[in-house]
Amino acid sequence: MKLFLEALTIPLGEKPPLVIDAILSGSITAIFGPSGVGKTSLLETIAGLRRPMAGRIVLDGRVLEEGGFSLPARERRIGYVPQDLALFPHLDVRANLLYGNRGSGAGPMLSDVCEALEIGPLLSRRPGSLSGGEQRRVALGRALLAGPQLLLLDEPLAHLDVALRERIMPYLLSLRDHFGVPVLYVTHSAREVERLCDAVVTIP
Amino acid sequence: MSSGDGQIIAFTAWSAGLAVVLNLAPAVALAWVLARKRWFGKSLVETLVALPLVLPPVATGLILLKLFGRNGPLGRWLEALGVEVAFTWKGVVVAMAVMAFPLMVRGMRIAFEGVNPRLEQVAATLGAGPWRIFWTITLPLAMRGVLAGAVLGFARALGEFGATILLAGSIPGKTMTLSLSIYRDIQLGRDEAALPLLLASVVLAFGALWASERLLQRA
Repeated sequence: MKLFLEALTIPLGEKPPLVIDAILSGSITAIFGPSGVGKTSLLETIAGLRRPMAGRIVLDGRVLEEGGFSLPARERRIGYVPQDLALFPHLDVRANLLYGNRGSGAGPMLSDVCEALEIGPLLSRRPGSLSGGEQRRVALGRALLAGPQLLLLDEPLAHLDVALRERIMPYLLSLRDHFGVPVLYVTHSAREVERLCDAVVTIP
Repeated sequence: MSSGDGQIIAFTAWSAGLAVVLNLAPAVALAWVLARKRWFGKSLVETLVALPLVLPPVATGLILLKLFGRNGPLGRWLEALGVEVAFTWKGVVVAMAVMAFPLMVRGMRIAFEGVNPRLEQVAATLGAGPWRIFWTITLPLAMRGVLAGAVLGFARALGEFGATILLAGSIPGKTMTLSLSIYRDIQLGRDEAALPLLLASVVLAFGALWASERLLQRA
């Protein structure tokens, strides 16, 4: 995976805009920096959910953002797991998982994802009845099943206690080891960067 | 209660139901657009939509009569197609629909605003287009509020008086609704004759409001 961010300028409301120049090619790349510097805004811009003021985004030779052109989010093939997970509360886990996987063969098999993330027994349950850790794994599985070229995770371990964090980490590593999907990972924890990531982009 | 009363109640409920059904698609569409989109002139549209809520109903009725009357721009056009609205049952439905529309849009808009936009954004990253997102995420999650808006509109349409009497008149057996009939009985000094219809009005309005509240509580 090669993701080019060229003079990407992201508006941050009252604050001065975030300007970023980077070439990302790690299998798990951390976007590291303190709260409020625009890490989430950067992920949303890459996902196509927010328009930058200027700059270019190119993913594996595909232009996602350039001048007046903006490829719609639905055509980017970029998975996004926001901090609040945004599981669809009215759908059961199976329907959540298969929402982006419509039998096109683009993504992995449901059974593989269920096995790797250990969510098979949850398929008929609603998201509201799941624990925090289970919800995170379902959100990861849903993004994975859509067959993304790149997965964006916004602080997937934030607000979790230490024990749960330790339990989720291997699942994050399995995204790389089992499914080979590159991950951009927003965090402000140096410890997570050290444990999980092979490349780091620091936003001061 | 006489068979005439039964016929009036059935006609009123049927007309109000039809008005709500006719309003449903445009109200849902407008409520969604108002909840989710920003565009130049939005506040003007918001004001226009809400206008029948604050305008005297008789004034709304007069505007409708000028539009749908034989010499009105819409009335002339419809007459050429063989459709007569003024002083027919269609006039009752049009008056009810116009008066119920703002309430329906208002309730439905709140329902759409209550759906977390993050869910729609994530659905887009999963490859879903705007229609699929609307039908599979937004509408199901807003459904109770949308239904509550429709029921509230039905309740409003049931009690419609001012606009109806101007556009459809008060023709027994043809355009006579609950409120028009109660008014006629009182005018003629037949207060007791109005009682069964008064009771029916209270029961229908109470039932519709209660259903609307129940739906909103569960939303």
